[in-house]
Amino acid sequence: MANSSSSTSEALRQTLQLKLDYDQLTNCMRCGFCLPACPTFKETGIEAESPRGRIALMKAAVDGLMEPDVRFEEQMSHCLGCRACEPACPADVKYGQLIEQARDAIEDHTTQHRVWVKGVRKLVFKQLFPHQGRMKMLGKGLRFYQRSGLQSVVRKTGAVKLFSKQLSSLERILPKASGKGVVDQLGTRIPAKGKKIATVGMFRGCLMDTLFMETNYKTVGLLTEAGFEVVIPDQQNCCGALHAHSGETTQAKELAKNNIRAFQEAGVDYIISNAGGCGAILVEYDHLLHDEPEWQEQSLWFAKRVKDISAILVEKGNPLLFNNSNDKSEPVRITYQDSCHLKNVMKAGAAPRKLLSSLPNVDFVEMQDAGSCCGSAGIYNVTQPEMANQILDHKMQHVNATRPHYIVTSNPGCLLQMKLGIDKHADNNQMQAIHIVDFLYERMKGLN
Amino acid sequence: MNNTIKQELRDIVGQNYFKDDEESLVTHSYDGTPMLQSLPDGVIYPKDTAEVSAIMKILNRNHVPLVSRGSGTNLCGGTVPVQGGVVMVMHRMNAILEVDLQNLTATVQPGMITKQFIEHVEGMGLFYPPDPSSMSISTIGGNIAECSGGLRGLKYGTTKDYVLGLECVLASGEIVRTGGKLMKDVAGYDLTKLLIGSEGTLAIITEATLKLIPMPKHKKTMLAMFTDLYSAARTVSHIIENRIIPATLEFMDNPTIKVVDDYAKLGLPLDMAAILLIEQDGEPEMVERDIQRISEICREEQAAQISIANNQEEALKLLTARRSAFTALARLRPTTILEDATVPRSKIAEMVLEINRIALKYNVQICTFGHAGDGNLHPTATTDARDKEEIHRVEEAFAEIFEAAIALGGTITGEHGVGLVKAPFLEWKVGAAGIELMKGIKLAFDPMHLLNPGKIFAKETRRRVVLNRG
Ligand SMILES: Cc1cc2nc3c(=O)[nH]c(=O)nc-3n(C[C@H](O)[C@H](O)[C@H](O)COP(=O)(O)OP(=O)(O)OC[C@H]3O[C@@H](n4cnc5c(N)ncnc54)[C@H](O)[C@@H]3O)c2cc1C
Ligand code: SF4
Ligand code: SF4
Repeated sequence: MANSSSSTSEALRQTLQLKLDYDQLTNCMRCGFCLPACPTFKETGIEAESPRGRIALMKAAVDGLMEPDVRFEEQMSHCLGCRACEPACPADVKYGQLIEQARDAIEDHTTQHRVWVKGVRKLVFKQLFPHQGRMKMLGKGLRFYQRSGLQSVVRKTGAVKLFSKQLSSLERILPKASGKGVVDQLGTRIPAKGKKIATVGMFRGCLMDTLFMETNYKTVGLLTEAGFEVVIPDQQNCCGALHAHSGETTQAKELAKNNIRAFQEAGVDYIISNAGGCGAILVEYDHLLHDEPEWQEQSLWFAKRVKDISAILVEKGNPLLFNNSNDKSEPVRITYQDSCHLKNVMKAGAAPRKLLSSLPNVDFVEMQDAGSCCGSAGIYNVTQPEMANQILDHKMQHVNATRPHYIVTSNPGCLLQMKLGIDKHADNNQMQAIHIVDFLYERMKGLN
Repeated sequence: MNNTIKQELRDIVGQNYFKDDEESLVTHSYDGTPMLQSLPDGVIYPKDTAEVSAIMKILNRNHVPLVSRGSGTNLCGGTVPVQGGVVMVMHRMNAILEVDLQNLTATVQPGMITKQFIEHVEGMGLFYPPDPSSMSISTIGGNIAECSGGLRGLKYGTTKDYVLGLECVLASGEIVRTGGKLMKDVAGYDLTKLLIGSEGTLAIITEATLKLIPMPKHKKTMLAMFTDLYSAARTVSHIIENRIIPATLEFMDNPTIKVVDDYAKLGLPLDMAAILLIEQDGEPEMVERDIQRISEICREEQAAQISIANNQEEALKLLTARRSAFTALARLRPTTILEDATVPRSKIAEMVLEINRIALKYNVQICTFGHAGDGNLHPTATTDARDKEEIHRVEEAFAEIFEAAIALGGTITGEHGVGLVKAPFLEWKVGAAGIELMKGIKLAFDPMHLLNPGKIFAKETRRRVVLNRG
């Protein structure tokens, strides 16, 4: 037993040596500046749960100083992938790339856990996503994520119980999946209102187009109102974020190429995402495909055009007009929970705030640590329920302190997590979580 | 370390707070110092002084070494467990025990994060000046053990000027208290001062009573930019010669300006040879007058441009950017080795010239920034640990820089400590008799060499110690 485990970890070491960017590993000069930014370090105070610690573990595994054993794999899946450590790092260490490379390597060596994964998958499909057909893409993404993330959970006793408990609380807050996507409702080309500023391609997203179809519909509404012609290429597919973050790089690349083709054919000026999690991988397609020279130009073409909905409205759009009618009533109090990837990767954390604070009769209150991950992190809240819950508990303390009517978010995962937070910890029963697009749309003049 | 000892340690702190898995050992094998790594045998997280004392008694009985650790940001190999043993992480002991508004003191546990402490007392209108660039993560215990300085050292002094009393645990496990909430105390040797800067080699600090001062009323921050390195450095001496002591007087050379701006995106002029970042605080009229006069001096020294921060937010951005300088230099090459040579303030310009001469001689890239007003420069070599030949040249260059600093009446380290990396040079500064005296002190505190062994005192070698593959 011991023998076989050390031979798998030797094999894993070799793959790590192959896949990890050694220059990035040495670029970390261990100053520790990233520690206070890291949610898992803040929760535990343990060095191994910090970016500096994880990089040191990767390097030690590559250098042969330690065995990349089960605990090593576990530590790699403990990371939220929120990338708050990147803007905090003056040395510009590309932590996001390192963790993806590490998970990619780990994923290559996890065949023996497939039985478990199969069981868990069944659970996911049965309890979480009853409409298998419609959720096909999402289901695939989930599956890959679990392969890397879940194996560590399921090894622990009682994990399955915890896991299904987490799923059942998630199920409670899940909106109904829609049978029709945004293209079914609006077609693939929607004209701008008034003079056209530019043509934008809309990235519809798997989760967004099923669970949050309304939001996609309203995104188109905001864009056309702001003067953009909207094209929704029907050939586009999943962004590949879940694949890339969980070590399924090959799959992620295929998805990326297909998306690039679809949007190039549509000939758009910008590519708009309303999910920070998708936007962040879209904006890094050039990196994802960096080792495929024939894709260099196209992937750069794509990456350069990607913008979040809030950013394009603030930077390029005609100013939107908002209802000012019920100014006698109490202002609506709102707070904003950052999408980690919107803030740390797309570097567009300021745009949603700008929009929200410009709204009439809306009182925008910044909560403490709004920029710190809510624990959703893709489907981290399913795969690492203990840590995710701990992070969410602290998050809700900060939310409650601002006494908001609404918690506004920019990403479906965050939205679900905040709904879960409200379900569990809200101080009052009026609090709601809402996507920024829905919040803006509801207040726009003449649209409703 | 055998299992019986491990079990005894677990009995003290509880199952979760002693760790000896590979992951814990690897993540406590390094600190902020490049090219050093060595595994401990265990990691322990005590929650109070009583636990620290009980742990130390067991280790003492079994002759197991102990390394105290705050956040592991030191730059001298101070927390690298070169002789194995147990690393004691102080993070759980992170409470502010008291802020005494009558005596203007605060009593804290050693694992308290420096910046959190500073913000806490500032919220009460009080001021704790020592602010090492690493303050967002460094601990008060680490600051005391290294006698850390910061951006405000010039006017307000360093950590040593703010520690009034300590509680510590000796190698034997005994608990000792020194000093107190006292502005005067000459009862016997000044053990408080002796422990400050002792780098974890004399005792484990478990509590500290710190001096607070009133918050200065007003602050103003400015940048002076120079096309000539020498005139920038000379300006530093001239400001002080003119009897102005700014709160902050920092220096950055051209390569440092470039990387810092690359990170912080401040729009700094990238064609300047050097920038001085200057801050004055105090009564509004005095601040205005000093900033005026400093601007004049800068102009007399041919400053190409002078700009004054419009508001506190802008000022804070400048200071934060300066604090990132060392890490930002890692953008240039994979390995950054920083030194800490310090000279009398009047010699700062000469020292800058010496550094450049030496860099040229050994054909290495050395970028310089630092607390110029303190005479404390951080010449930083950007290099690659994998290139042994180049590393050798870097080591030679630094040896010569130390020599130059001492020749100018300076020292080998102003604030980062001796630890492992400067041990081979300590004798250059303090002499053979000085070393013997220090060894005697070490022996009195720690006769079995259990506390942070291998640090401060070298085995004569002058070469840098490179362990494992760090
Ligand atoms: C980017 C960067 C910038 C820096 N800037 C500055 C600066 O401006 N000025 C400056 O002076 N330093 C600076 N430093 C160095 C370093 O941050 C300081 O020395 C700091 O005080 C170390 O704090 P720490 O909590 O990380 O201590 P550690 O690195 O964990 O420990 C440092 C030393 O203290 C000992 N120690 C820690 N806790 C205790 C305790 N409770 N009892 C006894 N001994 C203990 C350790 O054994 C070790 O010898 C910088 C470092 C970095 C990485
Ligand atoms: S801030 Fe960057 S260089 Fe410093 S420890 Fe973190 S990752 Fe490494
Ligand atoms: S990605 Fe987030 S959780 Fe992971 S190391 Fe960075 S800050 Fe921590």
